[in-house]
Amino acid sequence: MMDFPTLIQILDSTVRLGVPLLLACLAGLYSERAGVFDIGLEGKMLMAAFFSGAIAAVTGSAWLGLLAGIAGSMSLAVVHGLAAITFRGNQLISGVAVNFLASGFTVLIAQSWFHEGGRTPALMSGGRFGPIILPGAEALREVPVLGPIYYELLSGHSILVYVAFACVPLTWWVLFRTRFGLRLRAVGENPAAVDTAGVSVVRLRYSAIAIAGLLCGLAGTYLAISLSAGFGKEMTGGRGFIALAALIFAKWRPVPALGATMLFGFLEAIANRYQNIDLGIVVLPVQFMQALPYILTVIILAGFVGKAIPPRAGGEPYVKER
Amino acid sequence: MEKLPRWADLILIPAINLLIAFAISALVILAIGEDPVNAIRLMVSGALGSAYGWGYTLYYATNFIFTGLAVAVAFHASQFNIGGEGQATLGGLGVALVCLALPWPHWTLALLAASLGAALFGAAWAAIPAWLQAKRGSHIVITTIMFNFIGASLLNYILVNIMRPVGSMDPATARFPAGAKLPSLHDIPGLGLIFGKSTPANVTLFIALAACVAVWALIWHTRLGYQIRAFGKSEAAARYAGINPVKIIMVAMLISGALSGMMAINNVMGESERLVLNAVEGAGFIGIAVALMGRNHPFGVFLAAILFGFLYQGGAELALETAIPRELITVIQALVILFTGALDNMVRRPVERAFLRAGKEAQ
Repeated sequence: MMDFPTLIQILDSTVRLGVPLLLACLAGLYSERAGVFDIGLEGKMLMAAFFSGAIAAVTGSAWLGLLAGIAGSMSLAVVHGLAAITFRGNQLISGVAVNFLASGFTVLIAQSWFHEGGRTPALMSGGRFGPIILPGAEALREVPVLGPIYYELLSGHSILVYVAFACVPLTWWVLFRTRFGLRLRAVGENPAAVDTAGVSVVRLRYSAIAIAGLLCGLAGTYLAISLSAGFGKEMTGGRGFIALAALIFAKWRPVPALGATMLFGFLEAIANRYQNIDLGIVVLPVQFMQALPYILTVIILAGFVGKAIPPRAGGEPYVKER
Repeated sequence: MEKLPRWADLILIPAINLLIAFAISALVILAIGEDPVNAIRLMVSGALGSAYGWGYTLYYATNFIFTGLAVAVAFHASQFNIGGEGQATLGGLGVALVCLALPWPHWTLALLAASLGAALFGAAWAAIPAWLQAKRGSHIVITTIMFNFIGASLLNYILVNIMRPVGSMDPATARFPAGAKLPSLHDIPGLGLIFGKSTPANVTLFIALAACVAVWALIWHTRLGYQIRAFGKSEAAARYAGINPVKIIMVAMLISGALSGMMAINNVMGESERLVLNAVEGAGFIGIAVALMGRNHPFGVFLAAILFGFLYQGGAELALETAIPRELITVIQALVILFTGALDNMVRRPVERAFLRAGKEAQ
C-alpha cells in the first residue's frame, strides 16, 4: 500500500503539520493546568501568524517577525487574563471573543497595511526560518533506511520545530520538578489552598497565561514564516481547536501531548495526500479523515476509553475570601 | 452589597458595555486611516436608508434571532451551546431533504414540513453533546465545538458524494422545486410597496418572531421553563427540589439545537433555495453575541439581532463604498462579546459602587 520513501514523506509532513499543534497544545496545557480555560488558542495563533508575517515582510528578518508574533499573541493573552482573572468573567466567552478579535483584526490590519486582500506580501528567504541541516546529514544520505530517516525526517526542519520538541521535556520538568510547576498545578486544582499558603493566585494564573501566549506566538509564527511564506486570511484553519482536542486527548499531560499532536498531524498528512483510503472492506472518504481528530476527542471525552478529567478548578474565577 | 436597581442592570450596564465596544471600533476605523463618522453614515444609509437595505437587514436579523434564541435557551440551563454553527448546518440538510423529497403543491405545506425537518436535524446534532454532558459529564463547550467541525465534514461529504446532481461540479444540492419557494416580504400584500423585489427577507421573519414569543412563554410561563431556570441558577438546589438534571440538560439543549436548525428555513429555503457548502456563514457564532447582548431575554435577543443585522448589511455596504473590509464587523462582534460578556464586571463593579455611594448619601 505504501512504499518506504512515501512513508518517510508522510512522516515528514506529520512533523511539519504536528508542530504548530504541539506548541498550541502545550500553551493550552499551561493555561488549563492553572485553572484558566483557553479556547482562544486559535485566535492567539492567528494574531501571531499575522504579526510575524507582516514584520518579517517589512524588515526582512525572521527573528524580528518572531518577536512581533509573540507580541501579537501576548496582547490577546493579556485581554484574556483581564477578563478571566482580573474581572472574573466567563473564560469561555472571553476565549470566543479572542478568536473573533483575531479573525477580524488580522484581515483589517493586513488590508490596511499591504492592500493585498488580507494577506501579507510573500516572503523572501531572509524573512523565513530556513531548514537546519543536522551534522552529517548529507554524508549519511545514501545509507539505506537510516539515511532517509536522518536526512529527511530528523534533519532539515526550521529552528522552531526543534524548539517545539524541546518544549515537551522542558514542560514536563517545569510542571513536575519545579516549585513553580507544583504551585501552577495546585492553582488549577485548589486555588484556595495555594492562597492560604501565601502564594498569589492571580500572579500564578497570569504567568501561566503569559507562557501560553508565548507558545501560541511560536505556533503562529511557525505557520506564517516557516511552513508558509507569509500570512493568509484565516490561515490557522481550526488548528487551535485541534490543539485543544489534542490537549484533552493527552489528558493535560506534556508527553502524551506530543503523541496526540503527532497523531493528529499524521491524520492531516494522510488526508492531504490521499483522497480516499481503501481499507478493503470500506473506503474512508477524505472528509472522514479530516473529522477524525474531532471524533476521537468526543469519544475520549465521553469516557468510554479512559476518562479525561480536567483540572478541578478549571473555568472558575478565584474569589478571595474576606 | 445592595442590589442594583433593575433599570441599571437591564439598560444602563449593557448600554455602557456597548458604548465601549463601539468606541473601540471607532478607534480601530481611525487607526486604519478611515473616518468613523463617515463609516457610520454609510452603514446607516446602506442598511436602513432604503427598502433594499432593510430587506437585507431583516434577512440577517432573522438568522440571528434563531441562533440568538438558541444560545439564550441553553444559557438559562447554564449550558453554553457553541454548536449553533453545526446545528444550523445540519438544519440545512433537514430542509434540503424535505424540500427535495416531494413536488410540494403549496409553500405553506412545504414550510411546515421543512420547519420540522430543520428543527429535528438541528436538535439531533445537539442531542449527542447534550447526552454526553448529562450522562457522562463531558464538557458541552468542547463537544459542541467538535460537533461544528464534524458537521462541516459530514455536510461536505454528503454534498460532494451524495446530493450533488449528476453532471454538476458544484458541491451543492439541486434547486428546490417551485412549490417550496417561500414568499419574500415583497410578495406579502401591503408590504410589497415597502420592500424591494430582490431582497431576501421572507416570511421566515414571522416564524422567528413567533419563536421569540414561544421562548418567552416557555421560559417564564411554564413549569418546564421554571425548572430550566432553577437548574441554571443552582444545580444543587434544583436537584434537591426533585428536578431531574439529565432531563433538563437534554430538553434545553434539544430546544436550543432545534432553534439553531430552524435558521435554515431562512437562509436555505428562503434565500439560496438549494443547500450549498458553508451556508451558515458564522450566524451560529453571532448568536452568542446576540444572546449576551440581549441578556438572554427574547425581546433583548430580538433587538440585538436587529442591531447585528444592521451591522452585517451596513458592513457589506461599507466594504463596497470604502476601503474598510467586511471583517470590521467581526471585530465589532468580538468587542461586543468581550464587553457585554467577559468583561461585564469591569463596568458593573464601578456602577455598583456608584449606586451604593449615592444610596448612602441619600440617607
